[in-house]
Amino acid sequence: MQQVKNDEAFVAFERVQKSYDGETLVVKDLNLAIPKGEFLTLLGPSGSGKTTCLMMLAGFETATHGDIRLDGVSVNNIPPHKRGIGMVFQNYALFPHMTVGENLSFPLEVRKMGKSEREAKVKRALDMVQMGDFAARRPAQMSGGQQQRVALARALVFEPELVLMDEPLGALDKQLRETLQFEITNLAHQLGITVVYVTHDQTEALTMSDRVAVFNDGRIQQLATPDDLYERPQNSFVAQFIGENNTLTGVVQDISDKSCTVRLDSGDVIDAMPVNVGAVGDRTKVSIRPERVEIDKTRLQPGAHTLKAEVLEFIYMGDIFRTRLRVAGMDDFVIKTRNAPDQVRLTPGTKIDIGWLAQDCRALDA
Amino acid sequence: MTSLPIYATTGQKIWHYTFRVIVGLILFFLIAPIIIIIPLSFNAESFFTFTPEMLALDPAGYSLRHYRDFFTNPDWIRPLQNSLIIAPFATVLSVSLGTLAAIGLSQSHVPYRRAIMAILISPMIVPLIISATGMFFFYSQMGLWMENTLGFSRSFTGYVKVILAHAALGIPFVIITVTATLVGFDHSLTRAAANMGATPTQTFFKVQMPLILPGVVSGGLFAFITSFDEVVVVLFVGAAAQKTLPWQMFTGLREQISPTILAAATVLVAISIVLLATVEMLRRRSERLRGLSPN
Repeated sequence: MQQVKNDEAFVAFERVQKSYDGETLVVKDLNLAIPKGEFLTLLGPSGSGKTTCLMMLAGFETATHGDIRLDGVSVNNIPPHKRGIGMVFQNYALFPHMTVGENLSFPLEVRKMGKSEREAKVKRALDMVQMGDFAARRPAQMSGGQQQRVALARALVFEPELVLMDEPLGALDKQLRETLQFEITNLAHQLGITVVYVTHDQTEALTMSDRVAVFNDGRIQQLATPDDLYERPQNSFVAQFIGENNTLTGVVQDISDKSCTVRLDSGDVIDAMPVNVGAVGDRTKVSIRPERVEIDKTRLQPGAHTLKAEVLEFIYMGDIFRTRLRVAGMDDFVIKTRNAPDQVRLTPGTKIDIGWLAQDCRALDA
Repeated sequence: MTSLPIYATTGQKIWHYTFRVIVGLILFFLIAPIIIIIPLSFNAESFFTFTPEMLALDPAGYSLRHYRDFFTNPDWIRPLQNSLIIAPFATVLSVSLGTLAAIGLSQSHVPYRRAIMAILISPMIVPLIISATGMFFFYSQMGLWMENTLGFSRSFTGYVKVILAHAALGIPFVIITVTATLVGFDHSLTRAAANMGATPTQTFFKVQMPLILPGVVSGGLFAFITSFDEVVVVLFVGAAAQKTLPWQMFTGLREQISPTILAAATVLVAISIVLLATVEMLRRRSERLRGLSPN
């Protein structure tokens, strides 16, 4: 997806800062532009500022500094009930004293919509989430998954263009979560709405989003599409946070435009791709995905550096094999190999050589 | 009723039955003084004692004459009317102010919440006679000002004074019951309502109020009973024109020992039982709503 300019974005954060106590900044200088119709996920560990950003957008928190714009209009001085944004809460926040139908009717009633129109819209929204038969139930009489569907329908029933979701699937079991992930993305694309989704579950972020903003320490560490984020992390936080990752530390020994060599602390030399390292002599953390490590020397480029490794543990996981190695003095180097008929199963104690393509091994900030 | 397990020792068996006897005695101790007035109020004679006919369960020993007296004698009707005027107004005031105070004090950003709460609840803790003395001085000044500066009649001023004083006594009950309901209140519900476009007023009446209603109503009932049963403050603050039912009973006990007082007391007990039963029903309803809510 193209980088969007702030002035044509549907939702824009401009130099936004937030502090609760006037001393520490929870959100530090946030700039973010979301085009219309995008499914954007804010992903990060707890305390990283992602939920605060969502709350500022919804209007429940005010930005200490900076500007938040919705469709070109600054919303800093607009109260939450006039922003017209739909929201799905983590704990569903369905009104317990109302039936499902009344819950959905609520946003339409406060908009003074006629009864017949209201009923038609409520029915359509409930059908959309396959909850058409539940209009007369009370929230307490439904399972968590059903309540979350109703909450979703309630956020959509008044046809907002922007819908915020605050870890909506956090309380559900794995299977239900996967079904709902699929349904939510489908609905969002069908309706053409813009979604800002907050989660700490990276799988959820990768499978659902058009783009993901990885938060840490009040800043966006990287804003990219899921595959970019996984395959081309821009710094060591993102590399560590998204997916499984092997990290080796060392010093840049030689650097050119497309590749560099790194002398590890153990003295071994490896090939890597410079991503955000400076000059020769800088310390770096190199990051390599477990599934990109090659144990078959014949498949490496001629002249590529290899490392000596000793197999410590072999774990059969069904679809893949997970093998733990001792590499360059570290005991937690993991490789993953596909469970194919011709795949070797490494036994503990075996000594092998491992290597990789330089582009799969990214030299990042130390 | 749980039965004793077969492995109970002799000591456990003895304790099991002793315990029940103790519980029965406590119940008797609490209820007997109230229960005893009920048969006495149906006495056919103008005595405060059980007549031989009553003890023999002879129908001639019983009558409704004291109830007739209670509902026809102007000495009783007037105080009953006064109580029925003062208590509802005091209740409405207590409920509105107490509910607002409880909601305000439940918000974490309010400074000195505990101190304010303690001050608002103090009428419940300070000995009534002390509150009453303070109120006497405060309200006599206020009454004079209302009569002289604002030109209200003496009788109207008297009612306003008693109603305000009773409202102050009722507010702590409302604050306590509403605060208790607010503890279980999920604040994301008000956020959800705002998010869907409801103004703060709409959110309050359509979302928050229905959910804390059981607390509001039971607080209101306590406030009502407080005003309806109150004798000390009204003696200090009110004038003869504001004589309430408890006041009439109090003077009646000193001046003429008529069983009509017992009829009045029985009526008050009946009203209290009805109101408390309502509170209990509301409490069960709220537990049902809350017990099944997502949290």
